[in-house]
Amino acid sequence: MNSAGPLLSVRGLNAWYGESHALHGVDLDIHQGETVTLLGRNGVGKTTTLRAIMGLIRKRTGQVSFAGKDLIRLPLHHTARAGIGYVPEERGIFSTLTVDENLMLPPVVAKDGMGVDEIFELFPNLKERRNSPGTKLSGGEQQMLAIARILRTGASTILLDEPTEGLAPVIVQRIGELLAELKRRGMTILLVEQNFRFASRIADRFYLMEHGKVLSEFPVGDLDNRMGELHDVLGV
Amino acid sequence: MADATAQPPQGRTANHAEMILIGFGIVALLALPFFVYPIFVMKMMCFALFACAFNLLLGYTGLLSFGHAAFFGGAAYFTAHAVKVWGVSPEIGILIGVAGAALLGLVIGFFAIRRQGIYFAMITLALSQMFYFFCVQARFTGGEDGIQGVPRGTFLGIFDLRDEHTMYYFVAANFLVGLFFVWRIVNSPFGLILRSIRENESRAISLGYSVQNYKLAAFVMSAALAGLAGAIKALVFQFATLTDVAWQMSGEVILMTLLGGIGTMVGPIFGAGFVVALQNLLATSDFPVTIATGLIFMICVLIFRRGIVGEIYAWLERRRSTGTN
Amino acid sequence: MIFGIPIQAFAGQLLVGLINGSFYAMLSLGLAIIFGLLRVINFAHGAQYMLGAFIGYLILAKLGIGYWPALILAPLAVALFGVVVERLALSRLYDVDPLYGLLFTFGLALVIEGVFRYVYGVSGNPYPVPPALAGGVNLGFMFLPIYRGWVVVASLVVCLGTWLLVEKTKFGSYLRAATENPKLVQAFGVNVPVLLTLTYGLGAGLAGLAGILAAPVYQVSPLMGSNLIIIVFAVVVVGGMGSILGAIVTGYMLGLAEGLTKVFYPEASSIVIFVIMAIVLLIRPAGLFGKDA
Repeated sequence: MNSAGPLLSVRGLNAWYGESHALHGVDLDIHQGETVTLLGRNGVGKTTTLRAIMGLIRKRTGQVSFAGKDLIRLPLHHTARAGIGYVPEERGIFSTLTVDENLMLPPVVAKDGMGVDEIFELFPNLKERRNSPGTKLSGGEQQMLAIARILRTGASTILLDEPTEGLAPVIVQRIGELLAELKRRGMTILLVEQNFRFASRIADRFYLMEHGKVLSEFPVGDLDNRMGELHDVLGV
Repeated sequence: MADATAQPPQGRTANHAEMILIGFGIVALLALPFFVYPIFVMKMMCFALFACAFNLLLGYTGLLSFGHAAFFGGAAYFTAHAVKVWGVSPEIGILIGVAGAALLGLVIGFFAIRRQGIYFAMITLALSQMFYFFCVQARFTGGEDGIQGVPRGTFLGIFDLRDEHTMYYFVAANFLVGLFFVWRIVNSPFGLILRSIRENESRAISLGYSVQNYKLAAFVMSAALAGLAGAIKALVFQFATLTDVAWQMSGEVILMTLLGGIGTMVGPIFGAGFVVALQNLLATSDFPVTIATGLIFMICVLIFRRGIVGEIYAWLERRRSTGTN
Repeated sequence: MIFGIPIQAFAGQLLVGLINGSFYAMLSLGLAIIFGLLRVINFAHGAQYMLGAFIGYLILAKLGIGYWPALILAPLAVALFGVVVERLALSRLYDVDPLYGLLFTFGLALVIEGVFRYVYGVSGNPYPVPPALAGGVNLGFMFLPIYRGWVVVASLVVCLGTWLLVEKTKFGSYLRAATENPKLVQAFGVNVPVLLTLTYGLGAGLAGLAGILAAPVYQVSPLMGSNLIIIVFAVVVVGGMGSILGAIVTGYMLGLAEGLTKVFYPEASSIVIFVIMAIVLLIRPAGLFGKDA
């Protein structure tokens, strides 16, 4: 755990979809190199929190501070440049682009991004299919591609929305190994995951959300003690 | 174009205001020919009716037609030809014009509703341009010269429409009848369905409405009423030319509606009045009308989308909600 | 003789059709690119085409700058004009109904055309064929003016070049991705608003380029764009705006169809494209190459 202040700090984040008030003052901290997971039922605002941090939701108030910079007032395309990469729930692979073009699309934002060769070593089946249209890949391969293209940019922090959703257990394991590798390389990860067992393998801390707010926060070691609370809130 | 449509203010005070306005309007209409050149007001009435007919489609059904000149000018040609060449009386001539416009509306609408939004607009533009080319070449339209010297005839064999004042009241009567039709359509169950289609078409479909039929019906009605305006125009000015079916005319009626207020009953009337007055003003000066028209278009679209009447309604609504609450 | 028509007449009309088709292709290409990314139907496209031709005419008449420099300068000037229009006005309309974009560009077209009509009248001004492309060649079955051949070749090059730009370059990948999901592309750090501006400029520049190519063929007149733009709209409805290639192919095809109609049924030649549009709307409403229904 980094003894310096948090890398990403969110205070009183409110967000609206049109008239609908989706986030009611979210507070969270993520330190450099940490992996933090947002838990909660469908619709509590986990995805909305990621989108609000990125700036994909423009109607937002509060404070989002990253590496000392205030992100709230920045235009959308500056968030990535600050060093935050985003892997959306729907993966966002472009059908009119080849795998290669998808990979190369996000511009490099920092020096120590992964080289293309290194990426293809980590993701060999992406190399095979590099000239196919992006959406011809399987779900798992698209998820890999969505993560790979962020790695190329040199982003220090990655926001991942439900990376294992709808994927076969074999692929889920592969993604778990991938995320562990990212963590080993020092990436800061903010993860939204319904599958908290999966998340517990790499997460350092959890935030439990309900009704657009953070309900509680606990380290991974505390997970077993919190099962009762999780059952109540998540309904599992 | 749901975001631009202004809602008229609700409540008893608003209804009273509208009733007073309408009453005043009718009185003014009847008295005007004694103060202003009748032909000027007649021109305004024709275009006001044209704009109201167009607004039925745009403001209330949410369909932007870029080819309404075909119905306006087409009816002008049909009526002019019927009255001059076949020698029918003016009321029959008008009926022929309206019927012809409705038929044209059926044909063009049938093709146009197969697409939505932007494509719908482009199809109406293309098909009405096709009609324009047809009018250029067809013999009955008189080509570049148009149909000149259209006789006004006698209405019901009694009223000689060559008398300017008689013609004025004839036009005013038709204008009010046309407006009444628009008002009835808008405030009927049919009109409510049209508005729901404008707000959220997929929802209307999921509720079980055969949306395509409603759109086509609205299109034909709008075309017929635009045809009424065109037929009357042919009798007032006693000619029908290619200008009436050109795409510039289609653009003009859009401007009148936009400027006056899309989706309001009286907006298009104001818009038409404004544009006709402006054209009259510029006709004597050196300044080209198309530039003025284009500039007003651009300004309206950028910062004045609700139009004159729309802005007034919005202002009244703001006063109402911040005043007595 | 072919189909009862003398070969010269047949080939001559087919050439005219091919030339018209070249312009239909270039203009619908520009429209498709602008529409794909900006979701705006650029009614001012015809006026921008006219601007390109007029700039070429004016720099020749006033500054003695000839065809070959004009081929670069005119499109560049029109592109710059497009950039200004997008920055000042169009960019404010992206959040509202796309029909407002159509209406704005319609107003813009009226103003541009109105200004030029006011200053230069409605009659056409001739623009000379550049000496290098003057004259013609006898092909046996017809006489081919060299400039006409040049127009067809140049338009093919322009269309192909634009297609390559969009489909095979990095800039093109930004364009295609932003067409699919502009917010996500922005979230990756790409300045999409600037991309939109450049794209409108590119489309306007293409129209301007078509204009300067057209100058020696048709007369340079303030009205040259407005009648053309409506036909191009029909071309675009027939082709569907889903694909660049579709716009190009449809443009040439419809030009040829128009030429053929002129041979056999001249009275219908001005409306045949609209008739084809009506037929396509019946059997394949999304357009021949369209992707959305």
